[in-house]
Amino acid sequence: MTVVIVGASIAGVRTAQALRGAGYDDRVVLVGAEPELPYDKPPLSKALLAGSTDVDRVRLLTAPDAVAAGIELRLGSAAVALDPAARVVTLADGARISYNQLVVATGVAARPSQWGDPPGLHLLRSMDDCLRLRAALVPGTHLVVVGGGFIGAEVAATARGLGLDVTVVDPLPVPTGRIVGHKVGTHLTAMHAEHGVTTRFGTGVEAVEPAGNGLRVRLTDGSVLDAGCVVVGIGAVPNDGWLGSSGLLVRDGLVCDEFCRAVHRDDVYGVGDIARWYHPRHREHRRVEHWTNAVEQAAVVAHNITHGDAPRPYAPVEYVWSDQYDWKIQICGHPAGDEPAVVVGEPGRARPFAALYASHDETLAAAVTVNWPRAQVACRRGLRTDTPVAHVATQLAEMHRRLVERTPA
Amino acid sequence: MAVVRADLGACQGYANCMTDAADYFDIDDDGVVVVLRSTVTDEHRARVEEAVRSCPVNALVVEDKDPS
Repeated sequence: MTVVIVGASIAGVRTAQALRGAGYDDRVVLVGAEPELPYDKPPLSKALLAGSTDVDRVRLLTAPDAVAAGIELRLGSAAVALDPAARVVTLADGARISYNQLVVATGVAARPSQWGDPPGLHLLRSMDDCLRLRAALVPGTHLVVVGGGFIGAEVAATARGLGLDVTVVDPLPVPTGRIVGHKVGTHLTAMHAEHGVTTRFGTGVEAVEPAGNGLRVRLTDGSVLDAGCVVVGIGAVPNDGWLGSSGLLVRDGLVCDEFCRAVHRDDVYGVGDIARWYHPRHREHRRVEHWTNAVEQAAVVAHNITHGDAPRPYAPVEYVWSDQYDWKIQICGHPAGDEPAVVVGEPGRARPFAALYASHDETLAAAVTVNWPRAQVACRRGLRTDTPVAHVATQLAEMHRRLVERTPA
Repeated sequence: MAVVRADLGACQGYANCMTDAADYFDIDDDGVVVVLRSTVTDEHRARVEEAVRSCPVNALVVEDKDPS
């Protein structure tokens, strides 16, 4: 028996480890496109980019770890084709690997720049991207970040911390508003200015052109920004091209059932950012690009591979975090751009607050917390148990009262 | 038997450890992990190891207990 896992980032590595944890003791092959040992991605926009940690400290798996766990690493050659009938994966170097069960964990790539690829323009997804960008983040340089989402905001915060002049550009007036709603999004937007970062929100990018030793960014309102360096952080696209000839159902990700099995293929599983699986809580197919989702889904996929007669549906409570400046933002559930029903605490100046979002039936649908992990724990629990928003709000108000008593403003 | 240890300096309060092992871990008012019980029974080991692997900053470790 052989399980082949294609993709050696968090979803793939955790699936391999969880298989061992579930007692699977046959062959596990982990295929990675990059020659690098598997590494973790969240630090690429934060600690690794800032230089406050190094490459060896962000490894998901070392060579001795892999040997100890009996995980065969096949690194440096991407999967290019899949033949599900023959149960064979073909790699770019021509190798053909047979499997009994396949796990598709190829993740996503940074959405390409729409403004070409002049020298000094960076995307951020891989270790190479991170190290190249880090070398360009020289104090005093003007960095223009295109995209005011979480990656853009994290890069802006890191670069500001390194002493660069930073401008963030986004066509939306409140870039995170479509996720957390206008009210909370406005607070997240204000955070940039509080930390000395310039924002040009509500303004698009027309062109990015080479100019002298740097770049010239032309905006849609006719203004021009001279930049030493530009980072484009405008989302991600699934790495599903290699499945094109497989006959598997691919629709902005690999379409899977509630057990994370590819449609009509019980021996192929999807896990992590690439998987568009049927989410029983939402009664629709969802694809989630969060670290925690990859880890939780990996555990379920490993269980389902080892317990084919009693598979578990995967129905997680979504959870994602973003660390920007001195703000620890944590989100559970799916706020879907709605306005919160209740806000506990006073947003702003890095003080703890929580925004609670309601479902149609007044149960908790989602929560955004800032600098308040304990409240986030209560919200995640409230989501899992379909608790009324009012009940969670009362609980948080009590916690907030204790917090304020303990630490006078 | 095994023991679970937490690196309180590394913990960032992501609280993923509490999803499946709230009987072993909690988060305090400062957003730092509290290990509620450090001895991991064989019966719970797989579940606690899952919780350890769900930590984004590797703040947790499960080790075999010294027989002494």
